[in-house]
Amino acid sequence: MATLEMAGTSLELDDDGFLVNRDEWSREVAEELAKADDISLTDRHWEVIEFVRGWYAEKDESPTLRRITKVGGIPTKELYQLFPEGPGKKVARIAGTPKPEGCV
Amino acid sequence: MSETTGNRKIAIICSKGTLDMAYPGLVLANAARQAGIDAMLFFTFWGLDMITKKKLSKMKVTPVGNPAMGMPNIVGVIPGMTMMATSMMKKKIEAIDIPPIDEFIEMVHDAGVKLYGCRMSVDMMGLTEDDLIPQLEGVITAMDFMDLSEGAQTIFV
Repeated sequence: MATLEMAGTSLELDDDGFLVNRDEWSREVAEELAKADDISLTDRHWEVIEFVRGWYAEKDESPTLRRITKVGGIPTKELYQLFPEGPGKKVARIAGTPKPEGCV
Repeated sequence: MSETTGNRKIAIICSKGTLDMAYPGLVLANAARQAGIDAMLFFTFWGLDMITKKKLSKMKVTPVGNPAMGMPNIVGVIPGMTMMATSMMKKKIEAIDIPPIDEFIEMVHDAGVKLYGCRMSVDMMGLTEDDLIPQLEGVITAMDFMDLSEGAQTIFV
């Protein structure tokens, strides 16, 4: 089992690098998770993360990338720039929400 | 923790011009990009309709010759049946949040999927590049496809 080491604590991660206990998520944890993907979070990243977390809080599932684009207003191209090489799981992983289940 | 497994690459050949068969290639190419995998789509024969400006929004599904749709062929040939089946499928697709073809093409293009038309099919159907959508990387020959798809896992739809 992989772990995320930060500030003296050790958070459990599953095989895809998602937090095992989603309650452990915090902004600091997100920064560390992003760092593992070589991403340093900007305000625009936070807009995406906050949208994803808001969606999850309301619907109990992660939004698909299309939802983030259509409802969250972040264009597809930009999502791929913000979270390069596989935004599908990366966005949810950093936002501390479950793996998205939709196909698009 | 990386999503990518080296230089994994997928080449998908879209050869069908019906609404139902337009989706598999688009869904797979989009999923590939979401997972950080390089993807290209090659549109050939009737698949060319998917990138032809005047046709991509008018693709249809027909119940004739498709036993999975559960309609006897003799009923399927009644005028209006294709329109009805098409309209039903479009509604179902929309209901599960899958975009219509034109929007889907735009989306996969923005996601970094490379789109190519087949030279032979374009010539055969008497089309010019002006008839095709602007998101296309180009119109290429079968041999070009061989070069571009080197090392790719290839899927024929």
